[in-house]
Amino acid sequence: MKKLNQRAWLFVTPVLLLVAFNALIPMMTVVNYSVQETFGDNLFFWQGIDWFEQVLTSERFHKALGRQFLFTFLILIIEVPLGVAIALAMPRQGFWVPFCLVTMALPMLIPWNVVGAMWNIFTLPDIGLLGYFMNHTLGIPYDMTQNPFAAWVTIVIMDVWHWTSLVVLLAYAGLVSIPNAYYQAAEIDGASGWAVFRFIQLPKMKTVLTIAILLRFMDSFNIYTEPFVLTGGGPGNSTTLLSIDLVKIALGQFDLGPAAAMSLIYFAITLLVSWLFYTLMTMNDNKS
Amino acid sequence: MRLKSLVPALYILFLMLPIYWLVAMSFKTTNEILAGFSLFPQTWTLANYTEILTDPTWYWGYINSIIYVTLNTVISVLVALPAAYAFSRYTFVGDKHLFFWLLTNRMAPAAVFALPFFQLYSAVGLFDTHIAVALAHCLFNVPLAVWILEGFMSGVPKELDETAYVDGYSFPRFFVTIFLPSITAGVGVAAFFCFMFSWVELLLAKTLTAVAAKPIAAVMTRTASSAGYELGLLAAAGTLTIIPGAIVIYFVRNYIAKGFALGRV
Repeated sequence: MKKLNQRAWLFVTPVLLLVAFNALIPMMTVVNYSVQETFGDNLFFWQGIDWFEQVLTSERFHKALGRQFLFTFLILIIEVPLGVAIALAMPRQGFWVPFCLVTMALPMLIPWNVVGAMWNIFTLPDIGLLGYFMNHTLGIPYDMTQNPFAAWVTIVIMDVWHWTSLVVLLAYAGLVSIPNAYYQAAEIDGASGWAVFRFIQLPKMKTVLTIAILLRFMDSFNIYTEPFVLTGGGPGNSTTLLSIDLVKIALGQFDLGPAAAMSLIYFAITLLVSWLFYTLMTMNDNKS
Repeated sequence: MRLKSLVPALYILFLMLPIYWLVAMSFKTTNEILAGFSLFPQTWTLANYTEILTDPTWYWGYINSIIYVTLNTVISVLVALPAAYAFSRYTFVGDKHLFFWLLTNRMAPAAVFALPFFQLYSAVGLFDTHIAVALAHCLFNVPLAVWILEGFMSGVPKELDETAYVDGYSFPRFFVTIFLPSITAGVGVAAFFCFMFSWVELLLAKTLTAVAAKPIAAVMTRTASSAGYELGLLAAAGTLTIIPGAIVIYFVRNYIAKGFALGRV
């Protein structure tokens, strides 16, 4: 049992001050903007909840939110099963283990705008490897700057390329923590491959997979740089995800009120879904 | 069995293809790139790299990035250490709420904070300094460092602390000479993750800098749009940004997964 000790607050004070400076002050600025109208010159007028109504009823927001949920849904539905499958097929020991771990983690350490630029170069219709292969070898017309469907496929594949390894590494860490005796017992019982997966491997991976899903949800829901560099939100608005739209409104059009209201709604949605995951996670902790 | 090892092999091939293309592009001349498709560079050139390594606006981008990333890593780990110890060893009023509140900062979309950060750091006179970016990145790196360190610290038996007190160690001396050495892996992993997320982030770094502390990522985007798309140069700059990550990842390869699981595997 942990000791009850109120002096522990002293230990957390530096963190509190630092994060409060970074989180509370900017958040208050956002709240401030979200209820006021400004015409520049630091003149502000009370606006109440008008901006929130405007954002919540605007078709533009609904569409961006819809695109965002579709994107995050596709990411989770592809990356989680794929990552688990790759982790199951990975060797458990020997020379290839560090090789796999290092090469698989590499995409995650590349700056996000470089990821976008890299995929841009990779998919150029006539001189990119993928673009050339699709257009000239397979004869499938592929140009993500013209075709919304191609743009969508590209940003999803780019994210699969970028982040599936996170799921692989987590699932793999869960798998190697299973003692060999479990597998031997399963063999004696004559358990099928599916039964081993369902009753031994999956339960052991439950905690790490929850963390993987939580991280993948938060990061794909907040994604900005990679699709922005790759497609700029286009063609048209077809790949304008929530963050891209928000930056357009805030820094492009300088509509501070609506942008601030949208920020708060956006943050609230992320928070709500993440809280659900967090509750699930701590429920697991309490049981074990 | 053969079929099984094919899965990771194919996956790694898929991961390497875009990276290969970036590296191949960086060794090509501009003429060759524009002339059409070629799988390998026909005439190898180092011109793109020479230009980056001799032009101050380019190589200062790298130096700036490394300065604020290092500052951020040091600050994040230093403030996170005592906090993580408190969370792992004590219960106190509001500890669970505080822990969750820290996590919420990891969830906040960076796009939400871009403009208020710009105003805040301008107001305190830190705009366009390395420390501004380092502090701003603490927003998501400090909570992460606390989480990871807390996970590793909870793996150390409490008897260690109690024995040390019985032996008459003061708290600071115990913490530095006994406790820290027993969680060096955790400190390494926390530092690695702070390095990583500070290194890959662009939106805040770009918003908070103009000239003096401009990160390499921002130099790249401005070049891409202004210089009429010099692909070879862009590819070379991109290739150089991969190298620091590739180096540090080798040192923590056995702990990466534990770090991503926030020390909870």
